[in-house]
Amino acid sequence: MISFSPTEEQQMIVKMVQQFANDEMRKHYRECDESGEIPDRIVNTAWQLGLVSTSIPEEYGGGGGEHSAITGSLIAEELAWGDLSIAMHILCPALVVNSILEMGTDEQKKKYLPAFCGDNYKAATAALIEPKFGFDPYSLSTTASLKDGNYVINGQKCYVPLAADANLLLVYAAENGNTQGFIIEKGTKGLEVGGRESNMGIRALATYELALKNCRVPKENRLGGGGGCDFNRILNCSKVALSAMAVGVAKAAFEYSRDYAKERVAFGEPIAARQAIAFMLAEMAIEIDATRLMSWEAAWKLDRKEEATKETSLVKTYADDMVVMVTDRAVQILGGHGYIREHPVELWLRNGRGFATFDGMAIV
Amino acid sequence: MIDFEPTPEQKEAIEAAHKFAEEMFRPVSRYYDEHEHDSPQQLIDTLWERRREGALSVGLDITAALRTEELCWGDAGLYLCIPGPGLGGAAVFASGTKEQMERFLTRFNEGKPKWGAMAMTEAGCGSDTSAITTTAVRGGDEWVLNGEKIFVTWGKRALEDSDGFVVVWATVDKSAGRAGMKSFVVEAGTPGMRVEKLEKKLGIRASDTATIVFDNCRIPYENILGSPEVRKVDKAGTKGFKGAMATFDATRPIVAAQALGVGRAALDFVKETLEKEGIEIRYGLPRQKLTALERDVMDMEANYKAAKLLTLRSLWMMSQFQANNLEASMAKAKAGLAITKITQKAVEIMGPLGYSRKNLLEKWMRDAKINDLFEGTGQINMLIVARRVLDYSRDQLK
Repeated sequence: MISFSPTEEQQMIVKMVQQFANDEMRKHYRECDESGEIPDRIVNTAWQLGLVSTSIPEEYGGGGGEHSAITGSLIAEELAWGDLSIAMHILCPALVVNSILEMGTDEQKKKYLPAFCGDNYKAATAALIEPKFGFDPYSLSTTASLKDGNYVINGQKCYVPLAADANLLLVYAAENGNTQGFIIEKGTKGLEVGGRESNMGIRALATYELALKNCRVPKENRLGGGGGCDFNRILNCSKVALSAMAVGVAKAAFEYSRDYAKERVAFGEPIAARQAIAFMLAEMAIEIDATRLMSWEAAWKLDRKEEATKETSLVKTYADDMVVMVTDRAVQILGGHGYIREHPVELWLRNGRGFATFDGMAIV
Repeated sequence: MIDFEPTPEQKEAIEAAHKFAEEMFRPVSRYYDEHEHDSPQQLIDTLWERRREGALSVGLDITAALRTEELCWGDAGLYLCIPGPGLGGAAVFASGTKEQMERFLTRFNEGKPKWGAMAMTEAGCGSDTSAITTTAVRGGDEWVLNGEKIFVTWGKRALEDSDGFVVVWATVDKSAGRAGMKSFVVEAGTPGMRVEKLEKKLGIRASDTATIVFDNCRIPYENILGSPEVRKVDKAGTKGFKGAMATFDATRPIVAAQALGVGRAALDFVKETLEKEGIEIRYGLPRQKLTALERDVMDMEANYKAAKLLTLRSLWMMSQFQANNLEASMAKAKAGLAITKITQKAVEIMGPLGYSRKNLLEKWMRDAKINDLFEGTGQINMLIVARRVLDYSRDQLK
């Protein structure tokens, strides 16, 4: 039956995450953006909320909860409302955990999942994006070929969050033209973590280039083993997570510019009392809600294990455009003040612009 | 639980409405577009006979919206010919007494086809409904109405072609502003009321749009909907006006659903044509690999989906007895504009196939535009959304 009400449990989780976002993320995001560092305390506090470990089965030490893309979307939106860099950092291990949960063999689950059920944050990451024009996740330049019982991986990756700290890296490579995932442990020969990247936005998130030079990985480390993984579904899950995050960033920018417009007086009245400003805000509100509902619908399809390439790509593209439109308007509504780093809207515009390039950097 | 699966009953309603639209509306769609003031009598009789079937029964809930979308996929103009209580009935239902409901609404269960119309707009006032000049003056046991109403959807059908009625918005006290605004039921055949002219329109030509003149039109005192009392305490917050506006919260999502139907007709036509040409829309590819055509089609589809989900949400909220004024206006503003743009883009993509009257696409583009105009223009709905999100009164945001 058509319904737009999250379950009571989901509402409780949302409330908890909202509080964390408000109390912790919103207090520190600017200094994180300026310094490029996220304090361990914040990351561990978030980790202890159990957002990643909850859906790991009890037999591996997790919470044994149901893994749900809808719940994941709700969490992603709230965290991104707090701060996108910190949100991506906190959820980064899910890139490995959720993929193994969904696609991994029993051996892979047994071997890798318990490490993520402890009290402290464990960095793990995935490497999909490649530093070139025309990047296409379905047609990677990084290759994997089977030789003497090992996969040999060669290629270049970029935008790999937390690569320097991660004990586990899920590297995507083309195997006979099909994208497959390979679990690589830190220190594996031929896996070279490059220097930290510097981007326009998400500056607090440590991302790295990665080089794979004849990197040999045991055959059983192929995600999903002999059967491989359904990469399309992984990418679709990523698109939903990023769409929900775009909604969170846009919502933050909308709220801030709305409140500003009600306080800022020009010509004897708040600028919000003028239709030129008020209509911008109305459109922002409509598009934020529309995108959220679309991301819910796409997540709902994923939870039903249905093919959702159409829904997830429609909402992702829509969200990419929406978040730029909304954050740009937030800057516009603040005028010159929006351009100054004393206000957060310039940060949200910088972060918002990135979504079109973030595929594979977050997952529900 | 967040869920997007229609119930089995809703699926049946969608299927039945789609079948009806395909079989009964599409074949005569072009004819009634080109013969503007012809009445599709046979179709109306069929619609009336089968009005209790799942495909056609009216309502203001999610099921009704899903059904409305399918019917308007068939033809938005013919959809507006479906006999029934309509907006007039909705007003009686929203603010009438039990006695009034019985007196005015029973007719829709018996006899020949009937319509219930709503008359609000005047030559000098559209969106600013509080500026209404039509007057209602009490004379003994009667109200005497004077004034002229325009753009009355199915006004002629309600008042000349059937034993229907029109709900007329008039002021009982001009000095009271909104507080003086009341609604009155005027039945077909009442002396002093006449249908003056039928508009010639850009689209939805099968639907009659009438001007109605009230010239010392006398109606029973009991035909007023809601309280006759004029409260001047709070100029903005009065029952009569609020009654009209509350009706909009229920009807705007249905108008949004009408838009969705037209939009999907255009989208289906584009996609079917591309398929015949062997052109595939490749979802999931990175943007820089997509063709301009693929980008356009995906953009149209995403906007359709956005409008549809906003529409369903606003109706779902109503079903949960939640206030949905903001969400209803969001849905209407988004759907009206999105579908206007989708149909215009579809004509562009289809080129001569879109522009030619051999196909229905050009008609759908003309039909679509009404959804950004009636039941509150796009701008009025944006204004409502803006006031709501800013928590501003009508005086704070004009």
